[in-house]
Amino acid sequence: MSEIVVVAPGLLTTVQDLGREGFGPLGVSPSGAADAVSLRIGNRLVGNAGGAAALEMTLLGGAFQFSQVVVAALTGSDFSATLDGASVEPWLSFEVQPGQTLRLGPTRSGARCYLCVRGGIEVKPLLNSASTHLLSGLGGHEGRALRKGDVLKVGAARGSFRKRAVAPKELEQLAPRKVLRATLGPQSDRFSGASQRTFYESTYRVAEESNRMGLRLEGPAVPEGARGDASGKARGDALGKARGEMISEGVSLGAVQIAAGGLPIILFVEQQTTGGYAKIANVISADFHRLGQLRPRGEIRFELVEWETARRLLIEQEKLLASDKLIMEC
Amino acid sequence: MGRVSNGTARFERASDQSLLVYFGDKITVEANEQVRRLLRLLDLQSITGVRNLHPAYCSLLVKFDALELRHEALEKKLREYLTRIDEVKLPKPRDVEIPVCYGGEFGPDLQEVAVLRGMTPAQVIELHASRSYLVYFLGFVPGFAYLGELPEALVTPRLPTPRKKVPVGSVGIAGNQTGVYPFETPGGWRLLGRTPVAMFRTDRKGLSLLSIGDRVRFVPVTRERFAELARA
Repeated sequence: MSEIVVVAPGLLTTVQDLGREGFGPLGVSPSGAADAVSLRIGNRLVGNAGGAAALEMTLLGGAFQFSQVVVAALTGSDFSATLDGASVEPWLSFEVQPGQTLRLGPTRSGARCYLCVRGGIEVKPLLNSASTHLLSGLGGHEGRALRKGDVLKVGAARGSFRKRAVAPKELEQLAPRKVLRATLGPQSDRFSGASQRTFYESTYRVAEESNRMGLRLEGPAVPEGARGDASGKARGDALGKARGEMISEGVSLGAVQIAAGGLPIILFVEQQTTGGYAKIANVISADFHRLGQLRPRGEIRFELVEWETARRLLIEQEKLLASDKLIMEC
Repeated sequence: MGRVSNGTARFERASDQSLLVYFGDKITVEANEQVRRLLRLLDLQSITGVRNLHPAYCSLLVKFDALELRHEALEKKLREYLTRIDEVKLPKPRDVEIPVCYGGEFGPDLQEVAVLRGMTPAQVIELHASRSYLVYFLGFVPGFAYLGELPEALVTPRLPTPRKKVPVGSVGIAGNQTGVYPFETPGGWRLLGRTPVAMFRTDRKGLSLLSIGDRVRFVPVTRERFAELARA
């Protein structure tokens, strides 16, 4: 039985895979890796299926020991990893022997680092997924962040160790960006031209209160309405809500909601499935993984793109992730 | 008769991999039934590439895989579904009773709601338990059902500042809606009581106690009965 022992949990470490899509009618949001691209690449490096479960670490990584030899890879941000004190590079596969300690420290760049192991992390699946949903305490390892002393099972794996690395030029195309692309949102027309200009021309800072549910932004407020009274009028909703709210509707991943006060919130993997705030824009799918690497005080700006552009960028990214050029055998 | 037909359903792109179907812009039982019908039709005849559905009061968010579908093609397909939507037979609504122990430490806002609405706490309880509520949809967290509508005399705005932690099973009201918190989460609804029944269980078939279209009635129970049910 191959196991991982949590010697130190790190700041917020959870079991994640690519999430449980398809359960909107139950009010269940997909959860899953905040930076799904890094998770997928990590899995490719160790020879797993793309959606195998891994450990997602946040800002400060943990320390782990293994009961048997494992093939592992670290992807996402560089968390200054060492194996028995010797430095471990991210974006390549390596072997860990029983008795060795894999230790990660604070991030050198973005918010999250993924530890992928060959065979994947095995937990009792919930609705076809190993992902943890922290708010409801569902899924993953007991529905919570890992603690010191936790023991996780590693799935069986066949085949010998192949040392693999990620091609630097290809990896560069997936790197974090300061400017996030966005398409229009379902309530974009409720925001005046001036408000939209403010939104697209301002630099916003990620607030401390940001998490897997959403990224709160600090910066210039984006007031709603002022586009004639039609959009400012209450919409037959007797909830006694403040101006700016509307009838609750389904919300998509990456939606940029403008709450009371005019500050944007980018809804993220553990988002509520429905919401009653106006949405000015939606981050493009190809940039979702970049949201997962944003950390408090990180700065971003938004760029409006056409629907076709968003689609093209996603298709190109998927091609890249599946490409032979991405992974090099060493 | 108040039914929103295919001709007036409105489509809106929500993101590069989702679109919204609106059945009018008012919360009505008829609009919600159209949502349920479309949801049912999509369940019976799924469209390749559709990945998730988020129903709400009078709209349905459809999430899709952009590698398999485009907005235009999906909208065309959904409009075709809408021409057949009136034929969809909705299952007979399930009637669900939820036992609630009102007031005391279970209902910290009961007194204030009574004062705000100019009645006694006993009257608030009686009114809240007097009717059968429709489950408009599940959202916010797994198993949270938006129930409506409250009797007019009970309509109360949500708390000015939400609580950081609402106990599991808390029964609250906000505006003309009522609902039960399935998990300990932040929450801004005014709490009248608590139920010992688990709203969401991973070992229950269907997981959530309530589903869209169900009818819910709250049944006042004593502390003793609450404790009995909680132990069961």
